[in-house]
Amino acid sequence: MTSKNVNIKIGELNTNIGQIKNLELSVGKVINNSWEEPMGPTPMPHLTTLRSWDMKLLKKYKPFYMPDCDLCCLCTYGKCDLTAGKRGACGLNIADQSSRIVLIACCIGAATHNGHARHVVDHLIEKYGRRFPLNVGGLNVKVEAPVTRLVTGIKPETLGDLDDILSYTESQITHLVSVAHTGQEANNLDFESKAFHAGRMDQVGMEIADLCQISALGFPKADPEAPLIQMGIGTVDTNKPVIMCIGHNVVPSVGIIDFMKDQKLDDKMEVVGLCCTAIDNTRYFERAKIVGPISWELRFIRGGFADVVVLDEQCVRTDASLEAERVKAPVIAASEKNCIGYEDRTNDPVDKIVDDLVNYRVPGVLILDPEKVGEVAVRVAKAVAPIRKKMKSLPELDQIKELAKKCRHCNMCQRSCPQDLAIEPAVKAASEGDYSKLADLYEACIGCGRCEEACPVKLEIHSFILKVGEKKMLAEKNFCRSGRGAIQDNEIRSVGGPLVLGEIPGIVALVGCANYPNGGKDVYDIAREFALRRYIVCLTGCSAMSAGSYKNEDGKTLYEEFPGGFEAGGVLNNGSCVSNPHIAGAAIKVASIFAKRNLRGNYEEIADYIHNRIGAVGLAWGAYSQKAASIAAGFWSLGIPVLVGPHGSKYRRMLLGRSDKPENWEVLDARTGDKVNVGPAPEHLFQTVETPQEAMVQIAKLCMRPNDTWKGRMGKLTHYIDLTKRYYGVMPTDIHQFVRTPADIPITMKDEIVAILKERDWKETKIPDPTMLPRMIRKAKE
Amino acid sequence: MSCEPWQCAEIASTKKANPIQKPEIAVAMIKKATRPLLIVGSRAVTQTLEGKPVIDYIIDLANASKVPVVATAHIVGDFVKRGYQPAAFMTAMDISNRIVDRTWQGLDGKGHPDLIMYIGLPYYMEALILSGLKHFAPDLKTMTLDNKFHVHASWSFPNASAEEWASNLTTMTSKFL
Ligand code: SF4
Ligand code: SF4
Ligand code: SF4
Repeated sequence: MTSKNVNIKIGELNTNIGQIKNLELSVGKVINNSWEEPMGPTPMPHLTTLRSWDMKLLKKYKPFYMPDCDLCCLCTYGKCDLTAGKRGACGLNIADQSSRIVLIACCIGAATHNGHARHVVDHLIEKYGRRFPLNVGGLNVKVEAPVTRLVTGIKPETLGDLDDILSYTESQITHLVSVAHTGQEANNLDFESKAFHAGRMDQVGMEIADLCQISALGFPKADPEAPLIQMGIGTVDTNKPVIMCIGHNVVPSVGIIDFMKDQKLDDKMEVVGLCCTAIDNTRYFERAKIVGPISWELRFIRGGFADVVVLDEQCVRTDASLEAERVKAPVIAASEKNCIGYEDRTNDPVDKIVDDLVNYRVPGVLILDPEKVGEVAVRVAKAVAPIRKKMKSLPELDQIKELAKKCRHCNMCQRSCPQDLAIEPAVKAASEGDYSKLADLYEACIGCGRCEEACPVKLEIHSFILKVGEKKMLAEKNFCRSGRGAIQDNEIRSVGGPLVLGEIPGIVALVGCANYPNGGKDVYDIAREFALRRYIVCLTGCSAMSAGSYKNEDGKTLYEEFPGGFEAGGVLNNGSCVSNPHIAGAAIKVASIFAKRNLRGNYEEIADYIHNRIGAVGLAWGAYSQKAASIAAGFWSLGIPVLVGPHGSKYRRMLLGRSDKPENWEVLDARTGDKVNVGPAPEHLFQTVETPQEAMVQIAKLCMRPNDTWKGRMGKLTHYIDLTKRYYGVMPTDIHQFVRTPADIPITMKDEIVAILKERDWKETKIPDPTMLPRMIRKAKE
Repeated sequence: MSCEPWQCAEIASTKKANPIQKPEIAVAMIKKATRPLLIVGSRAVTQTLEGKPVIDYIIDLANASKVPVVATAHIVGDFVKRGYQPAAFMTAMDISNRIVDRTWQGLDGKGHPDLIMYIGLPYYMEALILSGLKHFAPDLKTMTLDNKFHVHASWSFPNASAEEWASNLTTMTSKFL
């Protein structure tokens, strides 16, 4: 399928068996070539195909490394101390090592999404056949796979096409992982470029995973009015048997839901989900419920709500099975990637498996057949629910008081707590019967359990917090919109112009995990702020859940307050982690549908277009995973800036622009070839923000693009200045870097800004047709 | 007072902070520096010591020592409200990234700072930034004025109680008056 392979193209062939049109044969694979768009320069890029583009970005946004570890221990030459420039036994220095860690994280993320996609595609092909057609939005979505089209040059039409495309991404990921071997790559920027490539493979893998499940499992198809789903522990009817699914892969849950429906039990049981499986369950079955993000796994299991726990893949606590055992909830491991040491019972009779689980002869089983998972889960849940009576492992309040008296006041809990929460004073107060301080920890606690691991007297501090917060937990009743999937082509047509001209101030993508510095409310606040300002707010994954977990003064969640369309002031849940490419895809589709640029295998040009014209910014406020790293890398390589919350600093590498170096901010004017200084827009490609207020100001600033019209820039500046004044309490000091002509100046603040410009010796500049690619210059400069 | 990293896993290899056993040492370091800079994080406005917000201790110290301040996150307005004008405000990453660039001529364009102090950032963020400076600006002196031991700084106060912290900051300020 690459340029090295044998390709035979047949435009039209008349034979005595019939007529063949647009057929391409490629070493055993058949790709329908009815797509007439001309092929761009970089279909199926290899490791170095887009290196020069990556380097352009990396020159503008240089890595700032913050090593989390001074050592390298990846091979037996080591451990090597790489402190402050020392080289290891293989010659590697700490910049190389830091970038290698970034690459490894991105490879893990990309492999995970592609592995996920591979599993779902293979499963669906087995069930529906290779020719099963893709359909993510009927006639409303003609550009069905913008990322895949852009990266690979292929327009997938069937499940079988996805299988072929995955062979390409898998081979690239194998190459990328190999780069991390001792004595391979020797330059940090080359490691970084390869991390970008991992991001590209990640985006394709995610897009394929979502494309196939939307098409074959009947998920909402680009539906702005995808159903509102009940969310929160308080929405779960605990009088019914409860099956809890944790992870990211919907396939086992489909088995459960189908069996329930088949047995007419779907209103007599609850299927609830944590993490992205939760979102995808609701895309398949409206009555499934979302409990919450990954950080609530212990909360839900220890609270005793689950009668059966089904674990699939990714972001599943590795002690979830042990926790489930404590509350006598049988466990089904349903993914070959997460077998938990259980015996493989895939080929055993269902009756026997059910009997063993219901009678607690085994705590859990491995079942790799999703339909069997379904039957076993449903039957076991029905049988054990009356036995275990929602048995929980939370202590009673008077027990907490007694247990807390054992505290040695050593502070190891706080020193192990990622949130640095003041646990010892809370435990001390609890020992005196005052639980208020423990209750204060509920919101910020991310449920990691590290405090308990550190406590020398084995106090179950997280359980204390949960018990004290139980009332709050049970009152959690909210709505999340089911993942809508792609953006319709028509929506792109309506907003393309205003977005590119800057009149819709930006697309804010709130994505990623729940490792928040201070609870999920920040995500809600940030999303609401930008929706009210009529930005387009897209959400996925745990962030989409957190955004729906709070209400306005009228008692409405975000999804009830704002429309679900891709429009100014819209709040969209695109879906689970693998739905992220719909957001990148929307930007790509603006270039393709609105600006009519060819996207087929034309990565560099489209990324250049997006980077210079589309004010899109990602915020992963609670990003923690390697998948979040690769998702971010996919956005970086498209030139879309990404912010992470404070814990995101642990990705150990930022990509930062230098607004104090004017020479860094020149672009080419495609009309004339002139170099034009456009100021630091966007200023950074990846950085950590410390507080939600800082996040909001930075988002507004990062939405500015060289292409903004004066009207667009005026609007964007108004938001930036207004947010800075509101949250920082001062006027920004860098306004002169973003005003290009007097027309850019917000009218209501004219006098104030003109005074600042004078003080800063500001000079007018022009608004170019911006590009970073010399080949895009239409008229060569004489 | 312990000189273990406050967050247990933030360990270092061969280059570890010198403990500041008494505030006078920190004062001497600042006095010796020709171009010191103090970077203040968001926790300065959420933490109070003996009823007084940390930011007020910092303003007292900055006024007395004349060390310029960079406010990170959103807290510049809290300084301004109190009548103190920081030299700059920007994200913690942005200012730290400039610091690792040895060609950077400081906020005033007159020369690279020779002593960088941090206070009030989330512990793990500050630890990482200090690690970045340790590795990529190894000649630069860094110091933290928090009450949590930062192993990646050149100089750090040991882990200390709120009372000890308040007393350290107050003593430091008094030595400049
Ligand atoms: S990979 Fe290189 S730096 Fe790492 S342990 Fe081996 S020799 Fe040392
Ligand atoms: S479970 Fe909560 S309190 Fe305990 S260490 Fe984790 S975040 Fe801190
Ligand atoms: S670790 Fe345990 S014993 Fe030590 S202060 Fe915390 S709760 Fe008390």
